[in-house]
Amino acid sequence: MMEPVAAKKPLIELDGVTKEIGDGVLTTLVRDIHLEVGSGEFIAITGPSGSGKSSLLYLLGLLDVPTEGDIRVQGNSVNGLDEAARAHLRLSTLGFVFQFHFLLPEFTALGNVLLPMRALGRLDDAAMEERAQALLASLGLAGHTHKKPGQLSGGQRQRVAIARALANEPHVILADEPTGNLDTASSEQVLEIFRRLVDETGRAIVMVTHDMALAERADRQVRIVDGRIV
Amino acid sequence: MKLVLDIAWTHVVSRMRQTLVGMLGVAMGVGFSVMMASLMEGSQRDFVTQLVDSLPHITMSDERRSPPRQPAEDAYDVVAFSGLRTPVIRPGIKNPFAIMSSLEGWLDGAVAPSVQSRAVIRYAGRDTAASVTGVDPKREREVSKLATQIRGGTLDSLYKSSNAIILGDKLAAKIGARIGNTIAVVSGRGEVLSCTVVALFHSGVSQNDETQAFTLIKTAQILAGQTGLINAMRIRVANIMQAMTVANRIEAQTGYKSVSWQEANEDLLSAFEIRNFIMYTVVGAILLVASFGTYNIISTITHEKTRDIAILKSLGFTEKTVRRIFLIEALLIGVAGTLAGWALGYTLCLLLGMIEFKSPFMDATHLPLYFTPNHYLLAAGVALTASAVAGYLPARKAARMHPVEIIRGAS
Ligand SMILES: Nc1ncnc2c1ncn2[C@@H]1O[C@H](COP(=O)(O)OP(=O)(O)OP(=O)(O)O)[C@@H](O)[C@H]1O
Ligand SMILES: [Mg+2]
Repeated sequence: MMEPVAAKKPLIELDGVTKEIGDGVLTTLVRDIHLEVGSGEFIAITGPSGSGKSSLLYLLGLLDVPTEGDIRVQGNSVNGLDEAARAHLRLSTLGFVFQFHFLLPEFTALGNVLLPMRALGRLDDAAMEERAQALLASLGLAGHTHKKPGQLSGGQRQRVAIARALANEPHVILADEPTGNLDTASSEQVLEIFRRLVDETGRAIVMVTHDMALAERADRQVRIVDGRIV
Repeated sequence: MKLVLDIAWTHVVSRMRQTLVGMLGVAMGVGFSVMMASLMEGSQRDFVTQLVDSLPHITMSDERRSPPRQPAEDAYDVVAFSGLRTPVIRPGIKNPFAIMSSLEGWLDGAVAPSVQSRAVIRYAGRDTAASVTGVDPKREREVSKLATQIRGGTLDSLYKSSNAIILGDKLAAKIGARIGNTIAVVSGRGEVLSCTVVALFHSGVSQNDETQAFTLIKTAQILAGQTGLINAMRIRVANIMQAMTVANRIEAQTGYKSVSWQEANEDLLSAFEIRNFIMYTVVGAILLVASFGTYNIISTITHEKTRDIAILKSLGFTEKTVRRIFLIEALLIGVAGTLAGWALGYTLCLLLGMIEFKSPFMDATHLPLYFTPNHYLLAAGVALTASAVAGYLPARKAARMHPVEIIRGAS
């Protein structure tokens, strides 16, 4: 279903990244982070609430720009890139899954999965549709492709969101408490999907969680306290 | 681009209730603007037709603004003249036909020659003073409403018999004359001409209907005792606001006193300008209010989509693409609302046009409404601009925001 990722360099690399916000009174979200995400890695980010886990994930996902330090994607610094170039990198190499599904409510499951593919425009319409259907089927949603988010259960929505994150065969999937709203069975399902992606296709996964049992299932744990890796 | 259209379209059709509210808002703005514009311009035009158009726009007479220079003035340094006598007979316009064809060369309008004279009309022992105007029916039709005011015949009835005359209906009533009667017209020089009444006219202006009579130019010339006399030209211009400029130009070209309707009726002119000002103010205010309404509704719709904007950005849509989606959404609502507004405006005008005003003193009248595509285009232009701005500005603001802030706020 997905081409394996063949990359020698780290897929994403944070080099001394600090993020501060606020004008006047500065709040430090994360400080001096060094982190490499290589292909085939399943990383869990843990830490107490408010420690900066989400902030770190947004930086990894190029949704946010660091105040200091360098972010490199496959060896190339993204600091100098403009908004459109970063958007394109995000579209073609990154996939986000949030705690809240963040599907567009007006579009069907299929429509939501198609969105990033259509924005990227690598495939023709028929191929996109076929791929989206296959992705949804592989996540156990074969019978639900034409339902809108409002007609799906929480776990189903989250799986649609995962399918959407995988739409453009991203190298890295960034997940912010993807199981936070799910019951144990659904959480287990999501974890299995992630595991399979890492083992079978060499994709990297960075998952924020405060559930230590889930974190244990990752290959590597990164713990953050007060914005620093400990 | 197809994706952008598709997302915009999906948003618009799947949130039908909101779309309808937005459309309705735009439609009301457009509809009422159209109605008000139609009413205001209609009443303005009605005012013009009632008052300005019943007068000739410009009258050129055989008089001059300043007394003619005397030969002695040219020959000597004369300081004053005494004992000059005004000639008894009117001088007439020299070379009237040459002047007419030269005016027709540049004038955007029409020119008609006429002979003005005063006479006493006598019938069945009753006398009344009247001003008799000799006209050329073919040309007169182009410069005044006379042809439309004839009762019991047409302007061309003047050709029916030699010395035919058309009397004002009140004038005829005063002396008891009817169509077909022969009346005596006594000129200032005492000459008596028997004329046949071939029709009456009714202008609605009592003073005219009581004192005016029309004949062919030839008849009026006989009455004045001057063959070939033309002592006034009635001129109509296409753009009535240009009348003053045109009159000045005619006067400069011919030397004859040319009086525009503005000069002849200064009070009318100021009324006209005040009404014009009121019209533009009212229509402008309505458009402004309508555009605020449109802006409000559409920007609210766009604001509600802030979360979607963050989602699209986190997926990797660029700011530009996101802005476009919302601009197009706003325009879709704006266009649909405009079309509905046109229908609404047209219907409102038709309904207003059906209202009848009755009064014991006049015929039933209707509201003066003026229909022109310009009102529709103007209202559409304002509504679409407001929609576009209302879609663009909030979308730009949301697209510029860090999606992180929105995602944090929404989850
Ligand atoms: N816009 C902001 N202004 C001020 N402080 C902020 C802002 N956004 C985040 N913070 C602070 O930055 C810190 C890190 O936030 P972050 O969301 O990364 O935490 P987290 O580790 O994901 O927490 P949780 O587990 O509760 O999701 C928190 O203390 C938070 O209060
Ligand atoms: Mg968090």
